[in-house]
Amino acid sequence: MRRVVITGMGIYSCIGKNLEVVRESLYAGRSGIGIESLRTEYGYRSPLTGILDRPVLKGVLDRRLRTGLAEEGEFAYMATVEALGNAKIDADFLENNEIGIIYGNDSSAKAVIEAHEIIKEKKDTTLLGSGAIFQSMNSTITMNLSTIFKLRGINFTVSAACASGSHSIGLGLMYIRNGLQDIVICGGGQEINAYSMGSFDGLSAFSVKIDEPTKASRPFEAHRDGLVPSGGAATIILEEYEHAKRRGAPIIAEVVGYGFSSNGTHISQPSNEGCLKAMQRALDDAEMKSSEIDYINAHATSTPIGDTNEAIALDNLFCNTKPLISSTKSMTGHECWMAGASEIVYSTLMMLNSFVAPNINFETPDEYSAKLNIATRTVNKEINAYLSNSFGFGGTNSALIIKKCDF
Amino acid sequence: MTRQEIVDTTNEFLIDEIEVENENIAEDSRLKDDLGIDSLDFVDIAVIVERKFGFKIKAEEMMSVQTLGDFYNYIDSKINK
Repeated sequence: MRRVVITGMGIYSCIGKNLEVVRESLYAGRSGIGIESLRTEYGYRSPLTGILDRPVLKGVLDRRLRTGLAEEGEFAYMATVEALGNAKIDADFLENNEIGIIYGNDSSAKAVIEAHEIIKEKKDTTLLGSGAIFQSMNSTITMNLSTIFKLRGINFTVSAACASGSHSIGLGLMYIRNGLQDIVICGGGQEINAYSMGSFDGLSAFSVKIDEPTKASRPFEAHRDGLVPSGGAATIILEEYEHAKRRGAPIIAEVVGYGFSSNGTHISQPSNEGCLKAMQRALDDAEMKSSEIDYINAHATSTPIGDTNEAIALDNLFCNTKPLISSTKSMTGHECWMAGASEIVYSTLMMLNSFVAPNINFETPDEYSAKLNIATRTVNKEINAYLSNSFGFGGTNSALIIKKCDF
Repeated sequence: MTRQEIVDTTNEFLIDEIEVENENIAEDSRLKDDLGIDSLDFVDIAVIVERKFGFKIKAEEMMSVQTLGDFYNYIDSKINK
């Protein structure tokens, strides 16, 4: 079977806009959460959010290439530039090789709402401008990045709620394993504006611990009261192992397992059986035992029911070996469509630098998290293999296993 | 609005918003071949013209507009008729 490795990574997130800053934030347990007062004006229950500004791309990309980029597309562009640079893929290489893109995204609310406002006011669709359609579609990231980077391989978006980014990597893995592609740009993007999260806020799913924003996201902790929405983008360059070796690419890690499942139950409530099935399938795919997993980056978003179900599943599978577990969402908030990809970046940075980032704000365990080995502080530790979970609305589950590459 | 004011306003948005190269701006510059304005750019120009000059460009009226000079004259004809 063809092996698949990571040869580049890029990140644009509320805990840092490049790999180096993000590595420092992870090690320091630094939160990127704050308050956006506009949300209160809009009638949100919670003004808490990851804080991240849009990059200035005027003068970087020409107007035609910028016009179709929505906010999440700009984030994805920044992350992908960093990832391609790290993978030693330049414009000439892009021009002369077939590279694919499979990226996770599941909304572009700001573009849709702004277009609707113009139509309401002007009663004329021709006054929307040329970018509105390309910004509004869920596939906005892949359609734009494929044009900007002149990609000519597989090209589509994965919309799988909060598991989108993770499934994108799983699918990239499959395309390369099966010999259909040698390099696929994978990742996830998530808009962070006040338009995009109102309906989610309406479910009372968000934390309202506004007195101390950096303490609001507390996955697995007994006093958690909901998640904190966040956003940005993360890009992973997947490449066939021999192909990467031949061109002298940096081989960062190997993707060895992808597991998935669908709960087939409730649209918003998770199922520990579904989580467990995805994780077990990832282990089977990797031909690994649970004892070989050194670290787990949990999906845990800080909602009472979600974390409980994942804790039950984790205890079921890892009760004997008790690997270190943390949810980086304690620092980043829930990066939703992006999370499954960003958490691969975060966890791979930990693996490369031999530490486990803390599950900050974990002060008191509950009945279920008490059974887990949660990293409450940064732990200096060699990681040879880790598991990363991502679960989404509609019961879509994805689990990935990444390990150091044996050359 | 005088024709010169139309020229100045148009040139300003072509340079600032459509990002046409300043040195290519001339009365006889062809919109597509010399300024590189494509069909999607025209959609954005229509939005800007509505904002700056207060009228909606009609695609059928633009058929005879080939050069920048033609475009100034077209705007002049619409707002100073």
